[in-house]
Amino acid sequence: MSTVDIHPAHTPPGVEGPGFFATSLDKVVGMARANSLWPLPFATSCCGIEFMATMASHYDLARFGMERLSFSPRQADLLMVMGTIAKKMGPILRQVYEQMAEPKWVLSMGACASSGGIFDTYSVLQGIDRIIPVDVYVPGCPPRPEQVLDGIMRIQELASSESIRRRDTEEYKNLLAKYGME
Amino acid sequence: MSLPFQNILNPSAPEKEYSTLNLGPTHPATHGIFQNVLKMDGEIIMDAEATIGYIHRAFEKIAERRPYYQITPLTDRMNYCSSPINNMGWHMTVEKLIGAEIPKRAQYLRVIIMELARISDHIICDTIIGQDTGATTGFLYFFQMREKIYEIYEEICGSRLTTNIGRIGGMERDFSDVAWKKLDQFIIDFPIFLAEFQKLIERNRIFMDRTIGVGPITGKRALAYGFTGPNLRAAGIDYDVRVMNPYSSYEDFDFTIPIGTNGDTYDRFMVRMEEMWQSLSIIKQALKKMPPGPFHADLPDFYLPDKEDVYNKMEALIYHFKIVMGETEIPKGEVYHAVEAGNGELGFYLVSDGGRTPYRLHFRRPCFIYYQAYPEMVKGGMLSDAILTLSSMNVIAGELDA
Amino acid sequence: MEAIEQVLNPVETQLKAHFGEAIIEVHQSYDFAVFTVSKSKIKEILQFLKDAPGMEFGFLTTMCGLHFPDLQGSELCLMYQLHNMPRNERIRIKTYMSIDDAVTPSITDLWPTANWMEREAYDFYGFVFAGHPNLKRILNMDEMNYFPMRKEYPLEDGTRNDKVDLFFGR
Repeated sequence: MSTVDIHPAHTPPGVEGPGFFATSLDKVVGMARANSLWPLPFATSCCGIEFMATMASHYDLARFGMERLSFSPRQADLLMVMGTIAKKMGPILRQVYEQMAEPKWVLSMGACASSGGIFDTYSVLQGIDRIIPVDVYVPGCPPRPEQVLDGIMRIQELASSESIRRRDTEEYKNLLAKYGME
Repeated sequence: MSLPFQNILNPSAPEKEYSTLNLGPTHPATHGIFQNVLKMDGEIIMDAEATIGYIHRAFEKIAERRPYYQITPLTDRMNYCSSPINNMGWHMTVEKLIGAEIPKRAQYLRVIIMELARISDHIICDTIIGQDTGATTGFLYFFQMREKIYEIYEEICGSRLTTNIGRIGGMERDFSDVAWKKLDQFIIDFPIFLAEFQKLIERNRIFMDRTIGVGPITGKRALAYGFTGPNLRAAGIDYDVRVMNPYSSYEDFDFTIPIGTNGDTYDRFMVRMEEMWQSLSIIKQALKKMPPGPFHADLPDFYLPDKEDVYNKMEALIYHFKIVMGETEIPKGEVYHAVEAGNGELGFYLVSDGGRTPYRLHFRRPCFIYYQAYPEMVKGGMLSDAILTLSSMNVIAGELDA
Repeated sequence: MEAIEQVLNPVETQLKAHFGEAIIEVHQSYDFAVFTVSKSKIKEILQFLKDAPGMEFGFLTTMCGLHFPDLQGSELCLMYQLHNMPRNERIRIKTYMSIDDAVTPSITDLWPTANWMEREAYDFYGFVFAGHPNLKRILNMDEMNYFPMRKEYPLEDGTRNDKVDLFFGR
């Protein structure tokens, strides 16, 4: 067997010496956030089954520090929207998003959540970005578990590189205002 | 059924003392999006009302605007736990309409795929029942077998979940050597896993206590509610479309229909367990009896020609053009075809007016029909049993809401 | 196709004997015997098929609506499919009605399973089932103000503006 290169967590750049390590607070917080994301699975249809496959033993989502699924929006950091969101479901999704505490990220899994997919119909919301802001889109119908893992790792990248003050900026407030939230 | 706590059910208690509990649409314990408004007396459900439609995607309307061969991907997304059965059901409906004869080999290949799909459907349902009684091990352990089935699908059609497998007139291609090998490995591995899972759960004291007598329905009520499939068989009625109206050469195979007696959660679980053994036996028989011959019918008007021929032969090019542009002639008429899907009789009612798209396509979705019995089944039980009843009925949101 | 005639003939004789004029048309379509009946007698006919000795079509397989805008005066159609499981016989009953007067009796008291099927037919086509315990929309939003499966309404979501006709050949 070849040797496997294991990174428990990437150490942020900083000053290292005997018995101490100094870096900026931003980076430490980012590292902590990225490796303890609590995803809220908002699974509605086919993509939910593929998410189950991602979660199960074969693909094992737990390897990336996020086996703790949070079913309560109040405790979740990452909203994973998986599957078709019908117009009837839209207000509920938005309510779930609004209930989540900052900082929060949104991953839209699959064609239906991202754009409506093949269901360009009177009853389907044409992409969840019409009602809530989205950070990462994962294409596919449904995406393979590897793609989902990749999408989640992109979220980790975002979380670790984000400034802790970003959520207080004008830019972020304007973004939310665009969706009619505060 | 008599519950040990029945004596605290007091029908004369004033209405205002009941509390209302909103279970769903997003609730961690419901697998999929179902809303149930429950009227509770403490922990006991006095009344329930189900609201559905949270992922209504208008399949029937889309089907009126798509050519026949483009409807297969829609059927995938109905019962996404066993999409190949839906695909095959649709293909057989169109074949019935045009009166096509399908070669034996194609029918046997279909049977193998459909039975694999039934196994994967029942794996989801049974492991989820285990999960809801607290046995997460079963889910994590047995789900590996689903991965194996996914790999076989992938080898046959290139996709894992929404397979779009087969074509009108047969299979898109014959199984590759790798697929045969994987299939052979599967029928060696699967019984070991299944027996182990069965041993883990079936006679487990906690599991039995949690499921026996929970969410029962009598055979008569089940028929009145239009139940089909494993849920009806658990109630003691041996109705199976594969036997009653055999399609795709099911009459060639030897299998039994397991039935239950009480129609409760435990029976539904056991019926599905036994059906997996039966499906495995059907797959083995099909592998043994696999006839040689073509894997698709000679239907130039519907079956896309080889790409090689399209480039080199005039005739193939013309047919390719006709199929893709939807200029093939389709007989007028109305046809109904039913297959035994993971959850029961999946019917396709197709009205054709001779145009390139169906005039009307109605899906008889087993979930949609039997889910309306849910309030009746959970009444008088405890809240945690309502969750188990829901998972044991195996209600798939995509099929429920179409 | 001999088997179908064994189903069709006795049912046709019995229905014609009991309901006469109300049985408008009988034909065979693939493996189904299809009866077109008058709307005024639909419930009695279904009840007869369910309960009368020798009929006993006790299982309502499915029902759905259809819309034929070109048929003046009988634009909407309701299709019921019944199944006699012991004999394994299936029949289809159809009834046509005007779009302005799409009121038919509900059959929820015959088959409880008709409850949601009728709500679906109401939701999609606007059939009104007299006597239905809870006739409201089932799949679509309650606020919806049209019946989406009728042929005149578009499939597509009207709010999309990223589709250029040029690319879709329209």
